[in-house]
Amino acid sequence: MTGFEGATLAIDLLNITLLTILFVVAIAIARLRSLFAIVMLSGIYSLVSATWFVALDAVDVAFTEAAVGAGISTALFLGAMVLTSRTAKAEKGATKIVPLLVVIATGAMLIYATIDLPGFGDPNSPANTGVGVDFLERTYPEIAIPNVVTAVLASYRGFDTLGEVGVVFAAGLAVTLLLGFGERSLGATVRREDRESTPNKDETES
Amino acid sequence: MKGDHHVILRVVAKVLIPVIALYGFYVHFHGEYSPGGGFQAGVILAVTVILYSLIFGIAPAMRAITPGFARFIAGLGFIIYVGVGIWALATGGNFLDYDALFREEPGGHNGQHVGIIVIEIGVLFAVAGSMVSIFYAFAGRVTEIRDEDW
Repeated sequence: MTGFEGATLAIDLLNITLLTILFVVAIAIARLRSLFAIVMLSGIYSLVSATWFVALDAVDVAFTEAAVGAGISTALFLGAMVLTSRTAKAEKGATKIVPLLVVIATGAMLIYATIDLPGFGDPNSPANTGVGVDFLERTYPEIAIPNVVTAVLASYRGFDTLGEVGVVFAAGLAVTLLLGFGERSLGATVRREDRESTPNKDETES
Repeated sequence: MKGDHHVILRVVAKVLIPVIALYGFYVHFHGEYSPGGGFQAGVILAVTVILYSLIFGIAPAMRAITPGFARFIAGLGFIIYVGVGIWALATGGNFLDYDALFREEPGGHNGQHVGIIVIEIGVLFAVAGSMVSIFYAFAGRVTEIRDEDW
């Protein structure tokens, strides 16, 4: 994030606050047993991380995180939760310790890897001197649209995006096939209700 | 609707859902100038259907947007995207080479603009259709969620 001189303290405070909220929410998710609360908290986690992405100037990522992470995933988790029980079973024995060790080991490796990363917003980092500058310079003359992210996503990397759309489509198809066209029985119910209901008794739900 | 304690939800949703859908289209067609694009817009449009079915029940939502229509849109979006690629092939360019769409001279940006807009529509259809299909697949397995189930 760039700003006025002296704004670094405010930005640091903002980052620390958001990361603390993320940390607290993550701990709460790990300790809770009620699936409904976990789903709601993961929605909150997504919203807070979207806010943090905005603070890091990654608006497109923040937008996607807010729409997909907080919107669709929460709704889908709720739909999945309805099909199962409302609380998770408590872990016992090795299942309590082993995941913690795995997480600590992975976290330590990730933190070790961040030591080699360039500083945030470093103008001399490879991302800001190599291909990034190239895209910024070439996009307007070549594509003539102002949003570089859209130009890269839809034009320069159109093939990648085609793959992503294929993945989304395949996911939708796979879930529909796996869950066995569950709406068929419901579709029959809907049609029966349509036949039986009188016009002024349209909304029979809830 | 007597004794309906979801009346506030229903009234607010009736006001909000059209606004959310409009915002989804704004995000889509403004994707060249601001954050967003077909992917986010598709998710937002799918959210309107999901919100509607969460509040008014899954059956009315399925009457409005039928599951078959959602699947059709998902497939159609992918075909639109691939179709642009084949269009570029047909006009002598590489796959998804938008510059070749109208066989423009270098410096013309018509092909880039049209190509991006059309593939974004494909993304919008595929994402919105897939998301609604996934939601229907989950939610369609239980006919009704009673309040005490929450």
